[in-house]
Amino acid sequence: MSRAEVCVVACAEAWRGDGEILASPMGVIPALGARLARLTFAPQLLLTDGESLLVGADGAVEGWLPYRRHLALAMGGRRHVMMGAAQLDRHGNQNISRIGDVRRPARQLLGVRGAPVNTLNNTVSYWIPRHTPRVLVERVDMVCGVGYGRGPAVDIRRVVTDLAVLDFATPDRTIRVRSLHPGVTAERVRAATGFPLDIPGDVPVTREPTEAELRLIREVLDPEGLREREVTG
Amino acid sequence: MTAGRQRAADQRMTADKRMTADEAVARLSSGMTVGIGGWGARRKPMALVRALLRSDITDLTVVSYGGPDVGLLAAAGRIRRLITAFVTLDSVALEPHYRAARERDGRPELTELDEAMLMWGLTAAAHRLPFLPVRAGLGSDVLGLNPGLRTVVSPYRDGEELVAVPALTLDAALVHLNRADRRGNAQYLGPDPYFDDLFCEAAREAYVSCERCVDTEEFASAGGPQSLLVQRHCVTGVIEAPGGAHFTSCVPDYGRDEEFLAAYVRGARSGESPALLLSGDEADYRAAVAAARRGAE
Repeated sequence: MSRAEVCVVACAEAWRGDGEILASPMGVIPALGARLARLTFAPQLLLTDGESLLVGADGAVEGWLPYRRHLALAMGGRRHVMMGAAQLDRHGNQNISRIGDVRRPARQLLGVRGAPVNTLNNTVSYWIPRHTPRVLVERVDMVCGVGYGRGPAVDIRRVVTDLAVLDFATPDRTIRVRSLHPGVTAERVRAATGFPLDIPGDVPVTREPTEAELRLIREVLDPEGLREREVTG
Repeated sequence: MTAGRQRAADQRMTADKRMTADEAVARLSSGMTVGIGGWGARRKPMALVRALLRSDITDLTVVSYGGPDVGLLAAAGRIRRLITAFVTLDSVALEPHYRAARERDGRPELTELDEAMLMWGLTAAAHRLPFLPVRAGLGSDVLGLNPGLRTVVSPYRDGEELVAVPALTLDAALVHLNRADRRGNAQYLGPDPYFDDLFCEAAREAYVSCERCVDTEEFASAGGPQSLLVQRHCVTGVIEAPGGAHFTSCVPDYGRDEEFLAAYVRGARSGESPALLLSGDEADYRAAVAAARRGAE
């Protein structure tokens, strides 16, 4: 069992209990996680082909979701998106736009994309394939995805990284470690985080994939092993 | 009546709007606000963008769900201000020419709006509304970076504060579709219309390039009536441009040219000027594409 496979299951778990809504994964491992969730414990989830079609578990086209309808669906709220993050702070503010100043950025990244509308209208999770102090930062250079405490109501479900699962189930809605992936120490996660992170001594270990889940991941969902390129180890 | 006069009369009757890409661009001018259709590296009106690059038009405000259209215009220094939610090549996340331009001197200046805000800004312009309210932007730095953006409070009992996205009215729109007739009706045959109809409706003048110009009666055999995305009352010019979206996708006519895209990214990263590819006319461009393909084999 690889770290990548643990991450696939941790991503899948983010959509548990969501019911009949659209799962919008961004990234290889979140996409595998969403499909795994639908094949196992979340059969009602809607999924796209990555373009404009809604496809059933058997691959049959069951709906049409071009960008205009996808945006409308996001605004309607019946969606749970798992986005990436170039930077994420302890309140869940996310940056995918740029590093440095807007007038002349050190690194021009993607732009805000749909992060502002997503965070104010539907459930959001984040996928961070490399948990480092440069990603988990004290302060983001631009707030694209809105975190807790900035006014608008938001619902940030999970942050899955290559080291741990985090969430915001704290009284002041700041980030905490929900579980450490098998073999990862609290010390390693603390060192890989750019702000002080309280990790209780009895923090759980992220659950391992079941035999059935491993078979689905390896034989059905990702026989080419693309997951191992996104997370190594 | 002579054959020539008959033809001229027919053209008046049918309002033949066909023109070349260079003729379309000659009707634009520096300083305009130009909307560019497609999405990322999907169905971008690249033949029209290449014609823009051949012209001396500059100082543009460009509205786009950005892809290589933005990358090339930025590399050539033609954009003063970019209004966008992102710039990407899809299969390669970051557009290298755009990125290099922004990191070199901060140009183009950036008005960064959320994807939904851009959609509602174009919709407001198409509906001749001054703004539309949207639940997006509040709490994010989009508001702080755009001090001109205002909010409105719902006049109903909920009293919610929303962002009033101003109409993004365009001087001109450039879009590329699969088929068009000479009058300016245009048909998309791929899975996603993107926002090309909105761009055209939000613009004072719209220029539609197409893979193939067809007789109006040919539309019906290619797709259902809902594939007729753009109507002629919004369209000023029709440009037949086979391969006119290359290297972006124009499904089902062709997919994204991934090999060409990879070479484009390699060239940009090694500091190569895209002008090498884009200084000539469409024939030169197609020859360069063919040469790149031979080189890859």
